[in-house]
Amino acid sequence: MKTCLVVDDSSIVRKVARRIVEALGFQVIEAEDGVEALVHCKKAMPEAILLDWNMPVMDGFQFLGTLRRMPGGDEPMVVFCTTETGIDHITKAMGGGANEYIMKPFDKDIVMAKFQEVGLIALDEQTAA
Amino acid sequence: MNPTEYEYLRKFLKDNSGLDLSADKQYLIESRLLPLARKAGLSGIGELVQKLQGGARTVITDVVEAMTTNETFFFRDKVPFDHFRDHIMPEIIKARAAKRSIRIWCAAGSTGQEPYSLAMCLKDMSAALTGWRIEIIATDLSQEVLEKAKSGIYSQFEVQRGLPIQMLMKYFKQTGETWQVNPELRAMIQHRQLNLLHDFAQLGTFDVIFCRNVLIYFDQDTKINIFNRLARQIEPDGFLVLGAAETVVGLTDTFRPIPERRGLYKPNDPRAAAAKPAFAAAAPRLAVMAGR
Repeated sequence: MKTCLVVDDSSIVRKVARRIVEALGFQVIEAEDGVEALVHCKKAMPEAILLDWNMPVMDGFQFLGTLRRMPGGDEPMVVFCTTETGIDHITKAMGGGANEYIMKPFDKDIVMAKFQEVGLIALDEQTAA
Repeated sequence: MNPTEYEYLRKFLKDNSGLDLSADKQYLIESRLLPLARKAGLSGIGELVQKLQGGARTVITDVVEAMTTNETFFFRDKVPFDHFRDHIMPEIIKARAAKRSIRIWCAAGSTGQEPYSLAMCLKDMSAALTGWRIEIIATDLSQEVLEKAKSGIYSQFEVQRGLPIQMLMKYFKQTGETWQVNPELRAMIQHRQLNLLHDFAQLGTFDVIFCRNVLIYFDQDTKINIFNRLARQIEPDGFLVLGAAETVVGLTDTFRPIPERRGLYKPNDPRAAAAKPAFAAAAPRLAVMAGR
């Protein structure tokens, strides 16, 4: 089973995201900030990371930069999931090594479409889900 | 969100938008309404419900819009657009090399996501289409829907359904909370009001017709009638693209499915199609037996 690391400082968002991502067939690990997320990644690289931007301790963009420089850190598909909806943020994230970008609010359809887009789930699973 | 609030929202949405949520859609409400509540400076869903009960008009509109799922989205079902890019267009480009012109009809263009998706595909292959004349005609029954399509303005929700972020960055401009399709892409599409039940011969003939997820609403005779009329508007080597739940099989001989390419159809030679039933009626079994 593929693993998805959900990084968000809001426990409600993590809970919502967990339900959606689990329904897509992933095992979910949660982290409250970038530093905690890095600890998980050092232990085992997840296949997918759903990443908030604004978080205490270490934000999502800093985390992404550190992750991509880590050994094996180019492997996870990183999908930003943030209230930062400006084109400047989107451009910065994509330039910084993100694979996709979700603007909050989000729902299952959006997460599914984005996961499909980066090849984390097959097209058939859309109709099956 | 407590059960009373959830029940209130369920009933509210049913009454205001027709949206019929089952008893287990709390996550959907939370994921869509919590950010909305926060944005409005409210503490959470509870306070949002109070605002609704108080009859706050702007909040009512926002809630309905945030909750109403859109039936259509960019690159809906994905596969037809892969077919368009990898199969239809290469064939058409070869076949029209001398003429250098392509006509495409989106017969159920709705709010524009389908024609714009096609326009984006075409833009992405513009190197192969330099100097070509490309016409995309998008028709829909509803004038209101057409206006929306024409404007090319979509909500944040809409641009996230099926549209890769790279396409959004490349082909849209952000204006506050909404995103608008670039003028260059908008200029590629003509929007026209049209009822498929009425004559559409005046549109001329097309190389590709997308007619997806609209025929499902018609009865069998109407479907047959529309297929037969579509067949007159398509080039002999053109393509018809239907929705995933639609087919010509068992309805008409005017089109045949392309094997291994779900949703894709080719027109049959009209003379062959016309001759076949007559032949079959004359001596169906005898002909076969005589040949043995």
